[in-house]
Amino acid sequence: MAGGAPVIEVRGVTKAFGEREVLHGVDFDVAEHEAVALIGASGSGKSTLLRCIDLLEEIDDGDIFLDGEVITDPSVSPVAVRRKLGVVFQAYNLFPHMSVLQNVVLGQMRAQGARRREAEEEGRALLARFGLAGREGDRPDELSGGQQQRVAIARAFAGKPRALLLDEVTSALDPELVGEVLEAVRDLKAEGMTMVIATHEMTFAREVADEVAFLHEGRIVEAGPPAQVLEDPRAEETQRFLARLLRAGRA
Amino acid sequence: MTETAATAPGERRLERAAAKRRRHRRNALIAALSSIVVIGGIAALVLTSPGWPTVRETFFSWSEFKNAFPEVLSGFWLDVKVFMVVEAAVLVIALVIALVRVNRSPGLFPVRLLSTVWVDVFRGVPTVLLVYLIGFGVPALELEGLPTDPVVLGGIALTLSYSGYVSEVYRAGINSVHWGQTDAALSVGLTQAQAMRHVILPQAIRRVGPPLLNDFVSLQKDVALISIIGPQEAFRVAQIYQGENFNYTPIIAAAMLYLVITIPLARIVDRMGGAGGVR
Ligand SMILES: Nc1ncnc2c1ncn2[C@@H]1O[C@H](COP(=O)(O)OP(=O)(O)OP(=O)(O)O)[C@@H](O)[C@H]1O
Ligand SMILES: [Mg+2]
Repeated sequence: MAGGAPVIEVRGVTKAFGEREVLHGVDFDVAEHEAVALIGASGSGKSTLLRCIDLLEEIDDGDIFLDGEVITDPSVSPVAVRRKLGVVFQAYNLFPHMSVLQNVVLGQMRAQGARRREAEEEGRALLARFGLAGREGDRPDELSGGQQQRVAIARAFAGKPRALLLDEVTSALDPELVGEVLEAVRDLKAEGMTMVIATHEMTFAREVADEVAFLHEGRIVEAGPPAQVLEDPRAEETQRFLARLLRAGRA
Repeated sequence: MTETAATAPGERRLERAAAKRRRHRRNALIAALSSIVVIGGIAALVLTSPGWPTVRETFFSWSEFKNAFPEVLSGFWLDVKVFMVVEAAVLVIALVIALVRVNRSPGLFPVRLLSTVWVDVFRGVPTVLLVYLIGFGVPALELEGLPTDPVVLGGIALTLSYSGYVSEVYRAGINSVHWGQTDAALSVGLTQAQAMRHVILPQAIRRVGPPLLNDFVSLQKDVALISIIGPQEAFRVAQIYQGENFNYTPIIAAAMLYLVITIPLARIVDRMGGAGGVR
C-alpha cells in the first residue's frame, strides 16, 4: 500500500509560542500516494504541525523537506512552497465575500496565473466532483457546514498540490454532515493524493490511512500501520489515549 | 382530524393577521398623538415666548432670506467642491496610511513611524487650529511653489486632519478580519500583498462603510471651518451678510443647505448599519 519516495519529511521540528514549546523534535514522513492520519489529544500540536509544514508558522529548530528539498530554509520562498501544498482548515476559512466558484479559482488565477476561462472551467468540474454542481454562484454562508467544507477541499485541491494537509475537517460539523466530507476525502485517497489527515475519527483513520502517527505533547510517540497503532498500541501514552476515546465512545 | 387540521390553521392565521393589524394601527396612533403633543408643546413655547417677534424678524425673515439666498448658495457650492476633493484625497491617503501601519516588514519601519506620528498629531490637534496654522503659517514661509490660495490651504488642513481619523477606521476594519482569512489566502498561494488586496481589504472595507460615512458627514460640516482663513464659502458669506444687515436669516439659510446634504447621508448611514432609519 505504502507508496514511493517521501513527499514530506519532517525532521526534528521544534516550535515554541513565546516561552511555551508546543512541538519538541517531531519526526515524521509521508510517502507519495500515502495518507497519514495524525491523531492526538486536543492541544497536542496537530494543527501547529500542519501549519509548520505549510510555512504558516516559522519553526525554531529542525527541517522540513518537500520532494527531497528543504523548505524551511530562509532562502526558500514560502509562497512557492505553499503553491505546492493544499490545506483544508478546521473552520473551513472560506472567503465570505466571494462566491463558491471564486473561492475555488482565486489561487489558480492570482497565484498560478491561470486564465479565468480555464480556471473557472476546472473549478466547476471540481465542484461537481464534490457534489456541489449548481452552487457555484452561492456565497459560502448559504451552504451547510458539510458543503462549505467540501468547497474548502475543492479549493485546496484546485492548485493540484503535491500533498494535501487536512486539519480535523469534520470536527466543526454536525454528525449527520460528517459522512459527506469523509466521502470526499476517500475520493481523493482513491486517486492517489498524498495526504496528512489530522483527525479525531478513529474509524475513518483505520479505513483510509496507510499509516497512523500519534502525537502526544508535541512528540510523535508511535507511528505505524493503523491495525498496529490503533488495535495493538505499544506506547503507554497511545494506550491511554485510545482507552479514553473508547470510554468517550469515539473509537 | 384531517378536516379540523385543514381548517383550523386558516382561521388562526386570519385571527392573528387581524390582531397584528389592530396592533399596528394602535401603535401608529400613539406615535402620531405623542408627536403632536411634544412638537406642538415646543412650538407653543417658542411662539408665545416674549422674544419671539424679534427672533422671527432677525432669524426667520423671508425677505432677508430671498435677498441672501443666491449668494449663500454659491458660497455653499464652494463648500461642496472642497468637500468632494478633500473626501477623495482622504479616502486614498488614509488607506495608504492604514496599509503602512498594518504592514510589519522591517524595511517600512521609517514610513510606519511617520504614519503613526501623522495620525497622532493630525488627529490630536483640533481641526480648527490646523486650518488656522496651515492657512496662515504656510504662506508666511514665503517659499516658492507652496500654495497660497486659502481654499487650497484649508483643504490641505482638512485632508491632514481627516486622513488621520479615517486611517484609523480602515485599520480597525483590517484588524477585525479574522486571521484565518490570511492563512487561507496564503495557503492557496497568494503573496501577503495579494492576500491583503483580494481577501482582507474587500472584507474590511465592507465592514467600515457606516463609520466611514459618519466621518463624511462630519467632514461635510467641518468644511465651514475654512471660513476662518478667508474663503467665501456659505458660512462666511452668511456672516458678512449678517454683519451688514444685522440679520441672522442668511445663517439659517446656510444651516438649511448643510442639512440638505447631511440628512440624506445620515439616512444612508442608518441603512448601511441596519439601524432602520427613523423609528
Ligand atoms: N498562535 C498561537 N499562540 C500561542 N499558542 C498557540 C498558538 N497556536 C497554538 N498554540 C498552542 O499550542 C498548543 C497546540 O495547539 P494546536 O492547535 O496545534 O493543537 P491541536 O492538536 O490541533 O488541538 P485541537 O485538537 O484542539 O485542534 C496548544 O496548547 C495551543 O494553545
Ligand atoms: Mg487543531
